[in-house]
Amino acid sequence: MAFDKMELRDIEVWDGNFAAAQAMRQCQIDVVAAYPITPSTPIVEGYAKFLADNYVEGEFVMVESEHAAMSGCIGAAAAGGRVATATSSQGFALMVETLYQASGMRLPIVLNVVNRALAAPLNVNGDHSDMYLGRDSGWIQLDSYCPQDAYDLNFIAFKVAEDHDVRLPCMVHQDGFMTSHTAQGVKTLSDDVAYGFVGNYQPMNDMLDFDHPVTHGVQTEEDWHFEHKARQHNDLMTKVIPKIEAAFDAFEKLSGRKYNLVEKYDIEDADVAVVCMGTSVETAREVATEMRAKGIKAGVVGIRVIRPFPFMQVQEALKGLKAIVTLDRSAPGGTVGMLFNEIAGCMYNLDTRPMLSGKIYGLGGRDLTKAHLVELYTELQANVDAGKITTPLQQFIGVRGPKLSFL
Amino acid sequence: MANTGWDEFEIGAMLRSFDGVAATEIATTHQEDRNYSQNSSFSASVADWRIEKPIFAKDYCIDCQFCWIYCPDLSIISRDKKMIGIDMDHCKGCGICVEVCPTNPKSLLMFPEQANEEDEIASWPTKETKEK
Repeated sequence: MAFDKMELRDIEVWDGNFAAAQAMRQCQIDVVAAYPITPSTPIVEGYAKFLADNYVEGEFVMVESEHAAMSGCIGAAAAGGRVATATSSQGFALMVETLYQASGMRLPIVLNVVNRALAAPLNVNGDHSDMYLGRDSGWIQLDSYCPQDAYDLNFIAFKVAEDHDVRLPCMVHQDGFMTSHTAQGVKTLSDDVAYGFVGNYQPMNDMLDFDHPVTHGVQTEEDWHFEHKARQHNDLMTKVIPKIEAAFDAFEKLSGRKYNLVEKYDIEDADVAVVCMGTSVETAREVATEMRAKGIKAGVVGIRVIRPFPFMQVQEALKGLKAIVTLDRSAPGGTVGMLFNEIAGCMYNLDTRPMLSGKIYGLGGRDLTKAHLVELYTELQANVDAGKITTPLQQFIGVRGPKLSFL
Repeated sequence: MANTGWDEFEIGAMLRSFDGVAATEIATTHQEDRNYSQNSSFSASVADWRIEKPIFAKDYCIDCQFCWIYCPDLSIISRDKKMIGIDMDHCKGCGICVEVCPTNPKSLLMFPEQANEEDEIASWPTKETKEK
């Protein structure tokens, strides 16, 4: 059955959800199994509409839970199709059991995660709790800062995940509401150019290859499990980063838009920097520029690829700085934030390393304001001037009540 | 395969059922003539926890194929609608074949795993007369 192509303007006004749905249409996903949840609902709704209107040749499978949604995606991917879905928060949490199945079975599913807080108390707004929940699941994780990123990174995700040297599922994250429901200008690719970038799906060990039948979902005990997990980790650590870099390069040639494992902003001569993810990166960049006018050499480091964590690239970006602060948008549950931990791991063995402190911010969609960031950079400069960290290592920002800090 | 390292197997925790291409006419190729891989359960004995086994007494069999249809482990070997015997590498000893056997006396009966087949067939039960 032939499908229709869609004429797009060079720049469309899309929110992050619609941008992701358009990317899924242009990639011609074979199967979407979905159980919609706020704030990711419009992604799968958008795909379903494109399918109903004959803009996609595929199947939309309605299921009874997110666990079933990812299970359906796993079945379809094992059968040999290009597969994607979307979820958020509680839905993501329910998917967790199957996330490990997808990565262990090396199925290149793309999951759009519109980041949202985890209950209790119930909250539909954006923070990074669900994103952090997936960080040990063996998936590749890419992070968008705006609708344009959400659109572009979907193509990157398919390109990398489906590579036969990689064959790992990939999450594309965007901030709930801040990105997903905020319409901005998005530079588009034509249908042919977009599809040409990801290419035809090349199946591998698919169940529908009747000449070479395979068993998926096998059991291995102490005799084999370790080898499988070691192989998966090896491939994440050694194969994925070069493939992502190659995909970023190819995408730049196609679109003129350049993505990096670590997004550096005014870092070269900076003394102080904020390390963060999601929409906060854009706010921090604006404030960093303003701080320079005030004489503070401020920069921003945005993490674009969360897993595999770009250890060496982060080290390279941060090693010349004097003081840095990590911004974690997830309740750390009795320890330091994830970014604090990762950055500390990157820097600890260096001869010289910046002073490192960590902030917890923005839980449940609480705004990170420019005023917060001005205060942050001022505090970092005070550390530099004093030659030591002048505050507790972990502080909460933007929370009501007595000042909350630890360590 | 037992001692291969992490870098020596195909990714994805998937197993191939056949070595090379499956037979082109797989549906009409008998199991013993298929090139099952070592990973296929057909290549391994999976009956080591059986404590009772069926014994087949050919003289009473009417080749009705009930046992062949009902066996949950495809362990009844039948060729051209003739009952040949039991695949003892895959039979779990569930006794369903005995349960569904319609002959009198039954042509399949359960015995302890260590029972001797020839002795048991020699002392097979005789026809039961039904009391009114």
